[in-house]
Amino acid sequence: MKKPIVKKVNTKPATPIKKTKQKPDVVNKFTGDVWAYSDIVRSHFFEPQNILWEKPVDAHFDAEGVVGSPACGDVMRVWININPKKDTITEFKWRTFGCASAIAATSMLSVMVTEKKGMKIDEALTIRPQDIMKRLGGLPDRKIHCSVLGDKALRAAINDWFKKTKQFTRIVVEGTRVVDDNTKVTEADIEEAVLEGAITLEAVQKRTKVGIGNPDCIPRVEELIRFYREKYFGPDAK
Amino acid sequence: MAGKKHYYFDYAATTPLDAKVLSAMMPYFAEKFGNPSNLYELGREAKQAITESTKTITDILGCHPDEFIYTASATESDNMAILGTARAQKDKGNRIIISRVEHKGIISVCDALRKEGFDIVELPVEKDGLVRISELEKALNDKTILVSITYADSETGTIQPIAEIGNIIKNFRTKTKSSLPYFHTDGSQAAAYLPITVEKLGVDLMTLSAHKLYGPKGIGGLYVRRLTKIDPILYGGGQQNRLRSGTENVPGIVGFAQALRISDSTRRIRTEKTKKLRDILERGIFKSIPKVVLNGHKTKRLPNYLNVSILDIEGEAILLHLDHLGIMVNTGSACNSQSLEPSYVLMALGNPYEYIHGSIRFTLGKHTTTGDINYVLKHLPIITKKLRAISPLNLDMNQTASISNLKAFIGGQTPHFLRKKK
Repeated sequence: MKKPIVKKVNTKPATPIKKTKQKPDVVNKFTGDVWAYSDIVRSHFFEPQNILWEKPVDAHFDAEGVVGSPACGDVMRVWININPKKDTITEFKWRTFGCASAIAATSMLSVMVTEKKGMKIDEALTIRPQDIMKRLGGLPDRKIHCSVLGDKALRAAINDWFKKTKQFTRIVVEGTRVVDDNTKVTEADIEEAVLEGAITLEAVQKRTKVGIGNPDCIPRVEELIRFYREKYFGPDAK
Repeated sequence: MAGKKHYYFDYAATTPLDAKVLSAMMPYFAEKFGNPSNLYELGREAKQAITESTKTITDILGCHPDEFIYTASATESDNMAILGTARAQKDKGNRIIISRVEHKGIISVCDALRKEGFDIVELPVEKDGLVRISELEKALNDKTILVSITYADSETGTIQPIAEIGNIIKNFRTKTKSSLPYFHTDGSQAAAYLPITVEKLGVDLMTLSAHKLYGPKGIGGLYVRRLTKIDPILYGGGQQNRLRSGTENVPGIVGFAQALRISDSTRRIRTEKTKKLRDILERGIFKSIPKVVLNGHKTKRLPNYLNVSILDIEGEAILLHLDHLGIMVNTGSACNSQSLEPSYVLMALGNPYEYIHGSIRFTLGKHTTTGDINYVLKHLPIITKKLRAISPLNLDMNQTASISNLKAFIGGQTPHFLRKKK
């Protein structure tokens, strides 16, 4: 059953992390904006999991990755340990400079990666911001693009591991993931098209030919267009 | 949140209604509800209430009763001053001079006018928040119809030298034998603590707002000096000297006058008390937390303002931790704004973005107690320590330029809030 939560402030220490699915709680009845955070976000914010409290020692971790910039308001640094035999991530520690959703999102990612004795590397590479958001019970719309960067930091750390262990063929360069196998259009191509003002599927197709003859990739392309459009032009861009 | 104690530090956002103000307003909702435009008794009663209220307000401002117009908010007053001047004086010139630390009610309307061909000049400010007067003198020309400089900006509370600017404009007008440019100031934040006698300030137009003075929301005002020709922005029945049509908000007006009266008579005592508490908070924060930077002017600042940047951590995260403890503050961090852009006022001071993201604004008021200050001083260092422990940053305090080079941004690209400006 859903609890009615209206700006309730919990004075007790944060409750243990709930696994139930929840919607962000408070919706502005005039604008429809969701501006508060779900209980899951709240508990991860107040009691973040898997933080690296101590000083990072190189010898202790197999690899590390960082993403973001202090000027933008979000920086995430992650450290991982890997079981080379099973090709799984056994440990995921992190630090984040950022707002509540940034902290909660990185915390949730650390849980996702390390639960069930550690996630396979190949699976970890496919984690998208949406997957983290889903587990968080949603985030306010305008928060999605800036704060959910943990997946990129994780990929940076995994790439670091690949480099250290000379698995060069496995390195995935950010933004070069191919969206459409036919045209070999990448995520970076879509981003560039959106930045140049192509903010609809038709406009992006005019530039890149993405998905023409390969309709299966269209939903993913549309998702990316929306992502980059909101990232660069704000949630109200049409 | 019933039963939980609030520690309210956002008096610059709004203030609680004074009980005396509320009781003065009460009869004008249901009992003396008449429309002041009507001649019968109920109407006359309402009209009388407005007349008395206006006298109270204009006595404090030191002006004539017909020089004050009621509006619905400071934003409307700002819009009326700018749009009204622009429309009435467009044949005389198209330059409007404002500062980079103006309220959104000014900035946005000027953006709109820019599209109509007006020449909007935004004066830069010094690092301490003061408007560069020398730039004003350079910007004044015979096409200038209006100068609008805030009395004290709403984010750092830095007090601008309004009387000095008023003199510069007066001298310019004498020299050019013109009645232009007009001089407008937004006194919404300043009115609670600073003198607002219009003659001394040398302003032609001044914005006021009741809800920053323990008065009701939904009522503001604009002082319009005689012979200042501005056009209305609302048209209709011609109320308020044809400058602002629409049935007057009688309870609001009564409340506004009461609030300003109380504010004026307690100004000196409140200022002293508030400044004392603010200074304790300020000293306490700087003593107990390392790597803190003051935003705004060290001394020329409203006595209830303290805006600091706590480095290496982010404002919204601080805000939510404080909120968890019942402490309510504001931040200029991008994460807290609808647009996801860091505060433009703090950006105008020339601080790096990294600092702005960690900015926290405390604004005190008449209900703030020593206990409230101690409570903040007890908890803020703990929150800071916790957030710093989970932050990967360690910024350099002496950094003046933006720290990150562009390659550090995600994908090596310009951040979204800079990109849009291009």
